[in-house]
Amino acid sequence: MRDYTTIQELVNLANEKGGFFEAVLDNYAEDADARGAAVRRMTDSLNVMRDSIKEGLNPDARSMSGRVGGQAAKLLAAVRAGKTFGGNVLGAAGAYALAAAECNACMGRIVAAPTAGACGVLPAALFAAQEEKGYTDEQLVRALFTAAGFGKVIALRSGISGAEGGCQAECGSASAMAAAALCDLAGGTPEACADAAGFAGMNLLGLVCDPVEGLVEVPCVYRNIVGVANAVCAANLALSGVGLIMPADEVIDAMRRVGRQLPASLRETGEGGCAACRLNETGRK
Amino acid sequence: MDIFDIIGPVMIGPSSSHTAGAARIGRAARGLMDDEIAKAVITLSGSFARTYRGHGTDRALIAGLMGMAVDDIRLRDSLELAKTAGLSYEFRLEDIPDAHPNTAVLELTGVHGGRLSMRACSVGGGAIRVEKLNGMSVSFSGQLDTLVICHTDEPGVIANVSSLIAALNVNIATMQVFRRSAGGDAVMVIETDNAPDQESVNMIRRLRGIRTANLLRRL
Repeated sequence: MRDYTTIQELVNLANEKGGFFEAVLDNYAEDADARGAAVRRMTDSLNVMRDSIKEGLNPDARSMSGRVGGQAAKLLAAVRAGKTFGGNVLGAAGAYALAAAECNACMGRIVAAPTAGACGVLPAALFAAQEEKGYTDEQLVRALFTAAGFGKVIALRSGISGAEGGCQAECGSASAMAAAALCDLAGGTPEACADAAGFAGMNLLGLVCDPVEGLVEVPCVYRNIVGVANAVCAANLALSGVGLIMPADEVIDAMRRVGRQLPASLRETGEGGCAACRLNETGRK
Repeated sequence: MDIFDIIGPVMIGPSSSHTAGAARIGRAARGLMDDEIAKAVITLSGSFARTYRGHGTDRALIAGLMGMAVDDIRLRDSLELAKTAGLSYEFRLEDIPDAHPNTAVLELTGVHGGRLSMRACSVGGGAIRVEKLNGMSVSFSGQLDTLVICHTDEPGVIANVSSLIAALNVNIATMQVFRRSAGGDAVMVIETDNAPDQESVNMIRRLRGIRTANLLRRL
């Protein structure tokens, strides 16, 4: 059971073991019983993710402040009616990400992935991909292990809390995990999956954490949409064979450095960025 | 850090630190209280004090005190459920100097007059640290099954507890001892890999110099 602390080590393990799922699972548990339990636990998590999207699509839900909730239903209806850009898949992915994030804001049950504030990105990527390509739940569970492997390295090397590293550490990390998972689902090589994660991390580098009134509502729920859109685009890049000109590990290290360079006002203190904006009437009520 | 810290925890939103962590703090206090809780006076400090309503921190703390887990959907209705269950509560806001930004102090009174005072903070990702117990400084996370034993600071007490634990074939992961003053109140915090059963905890309670012994199950 060899541990991995870099994406390179994780890619090497995946190449040896025949995939990220095997690599991450073997590293997590040695005996067959524990592995079976881990797969069941991950399957449960997938089901909670699905339910959190469903619950988040309730048009009547409202968060504590009343500023979010019920918006994903609106967005999905617009997507299904063909009023929006990006087609059904990307549109639905955005609505699902918003739904899970709104479920969280409304005190529903969610799976932190890697955090509660970024809980919409990974489920949205997986379920939108399932709709488009017909993947089985079992395949999605395997992809969750892939995402977990990438997330673990990001957490170890860079961190996943907004207070330490800004939103790039939350939605950015979730987006990188989702990009790798999508690339893996589509049959990309381990190296391509690493590039997908690297592209996703690179594109959200420096994203600040600036919650209005310190609440996990605005802009958090909308940034989940950006996280999934970015994940799809990053996976597409990597799947097309466009290579990243630096190792994904370097991007993760840059996330850590940039996070430290962010002033405290942009790291979950509710002081800078959007948190410093004057609200309009909709926001004040 | 394992993969279920990354894909997980499964929890009631909206915040791992302000909601899930708060529920775990409540659950820790419940686990350390020897009596059924009748009343809770909870002081919130720092970010907890400023944003507790919007994050459901109050609901999570009370849910924890009622024994709910971080993914229990009843968490969001805990304030109403507490009233039905006869648990009264009061929240106070106060900035505690030099405290972690997410700190709560819980003063509990039991139906049989039992009392517990606990200060804990939510340190991120749903993880917590208990910092004070009945006025004594302690430090533990509840991530392992933890024995919390209040005793008198006198020779042989610690040795008796540890040899009993050894005889029960329980492996000690970490052990810390804190005391208020020489010969006065002291507390042992023993994190174990395999939790002893309730009967074993009762055996510890009967040892000389032991005042209370509680097993806090992995939060």
